[in-house]
Amino acid sequence: MTLSALAPQVHSFAVNGRGYALDVNSGALHALDEAAFSLLQREEIRRALASGSAAPPVPLTPAEQEAWAELTLLVRQGTLYSPLAALPDAPTAPPALKALCLHVAHDCNLRCAYCFAGEGGFGGERGLMSAEVGRRALDFLIERSGRRRRLAVDFFGGEPLLNFGAVKELIAYARRRGGEAGKEFAFTLTTNGVALRGEALEYLASSDLNVVLSLDGRPEVHDRWRRRPRGEGSHAAVLANCRDFVARRGGTNYYVRGTFTRQNLDFSADVAYLLAAGFRSLSLEPVVASEGEWALAEEDLPRLFDEYDRLAGLYLAEHRAGRPFTFYHFNLALFDAPCLARRLSGCGAGHEYLAVTPSGDLYPCHQFVGRERFRMGNVLSGDLNEELMAQFRSANVLTKPACRECWARFHCSGGCQANHHLFTGSLEEPYALGCALQRKRIECALAVQAELALDQARAQAG
Amino acid sequence: MKHVVTITTGNQPRAGGGCGECQNSCQSACKTSCTVGNQACEKK
Ligand code: SF4
Repeated sequence: MTLSALAPQVHSFAVNGRGYALDVNSGALHALDEAAFSLLQREEIRRALASGSAAPPVPLTPAEQEAWAELTLLVRQGTLYSPLAALPDAPTAPPALKALCLHVAHDCNLRCAYCFAGEGGFGGERGLMSAEVGRRALDFLIERSGRRRRLAVDFFGGEPLLNFGAVKELIAYARRRGGEAGKEFAFTLTTNGVALRGEALEYLASSDLNVVLSLDGRPEVHDRWRRRPRGEGSHAAVLANCRDFVARRGGTNYYVRGTFTRQNLDFSADVAYLLAAGFRSLSLEPVVASEGEWALAEEDLPRLFDEYDRLAGLYLAEHRAGRPFTFYHFNLALFDAPCLARRLSGCGAGHEYLAVTPSGDLYPCHQFVGRERFRMGNVLSGDLNEELMAQFRSANVLTKPACRECWARFHCSGGCQANHHLFTGSLEEPYALGCALQRKRIECALAVQAELALDQARAQAG
Repeated sequence: MKHVVTITTGNQPRAGGGCGECQNSCQSACKTSCTVGNQACEKK
């Protein structure tokens, strides 16, 4: 099927009482008043607009008449029910690797009940990555990166600070080899914060690494799952270490990244807690689990939707009060958005981005690690399953039937394949709960960005 | 217009196959979900 077979589509939605319309193919976004919003909720009106009809299909009130005239003008201007402009044949850049996730430690100093990494071991043996394996992985990345200049390496685990010596050595190695090869490296390290003290704190605070700090929010929420091997909670120590780190950093280049579960559906209270604790760069994500008392369920959705609305309200209120904060999933780039090629291709797992285990095994991404069928090769032996790589490369938002029809397709890009596989057994079939949350997050992101843009326009006008 | 305010007219696809210099979407903060819409374009 070709791109042009995708029908023009408009998604209208409301967040905190205001209506919006997203023109799916062009990415145009409009804020609507009551009359325009209620018109767009009506099937016969939508059909008439989509078919380019100049006259309304049913009698309208005077206010609706005016709104109808405005909507038909947008259709003529190509920002409502627009067709998709065709793409050239090659929708993506030539095959090249651009990022690796190095699992430098398959071990952890916490035993978080909900951990998708099997409490650090990913269902296998615990162990640390040797510097030799790490260097071979970096060589592999550089060799396979083609003409790409910017490369990214994530230090992940388990808990990467358990192998801090290797992390430092690999950063130095990547910088040196990157310099020789004309590549620029960006590094991210994800830590649970327990060992973020002393030398590690010193080193990371004075580095330019993007640091992701795992902290779930309120003490009782965090300590319910994030416990030490002997069962005590970790909140107090982690909070103190993270605050120290962020203060030393001058507040830059970090994310506090928490997980919410079925036991804290009121997670906007955790966002508020983290803000009050002094963090301004936040990400709070639904737990990835298909079972367990922490797993989210279909019936939690209405509650979670309300919660995202509340969070959108908090986000705007803080911005308007001069205390802006970053919430990862609301960072939607309205005006500087990625090209369609990128929007089609998704996250890059399995071809642009791979994960490496302590023994050098390659997997499509950090979440696939330990799922044997997806082992793609090994950096020491040099073997690589090109076929599996090609399979990941050819998967895109249009090869997934549910995504083709979905209004969120160009913002979501087909979702997380590891999650799809975990829940549905298929890489191509998204899982309903994840999609419902994703769509809600995108609605809220569009809404808050729209409101901020309107604020700015008003300030300039007045 | 009285009933509709256009926030953005969107960005119909730039020609070409994409330069590939942008960041991978799931990497920087979340690690559990993929949202491409929040990746800024690196082509200046
Ligand atoms: S929300 Fe679900 S159906 Fe829609 S594009 Fe994303 S993965 Fe596909």
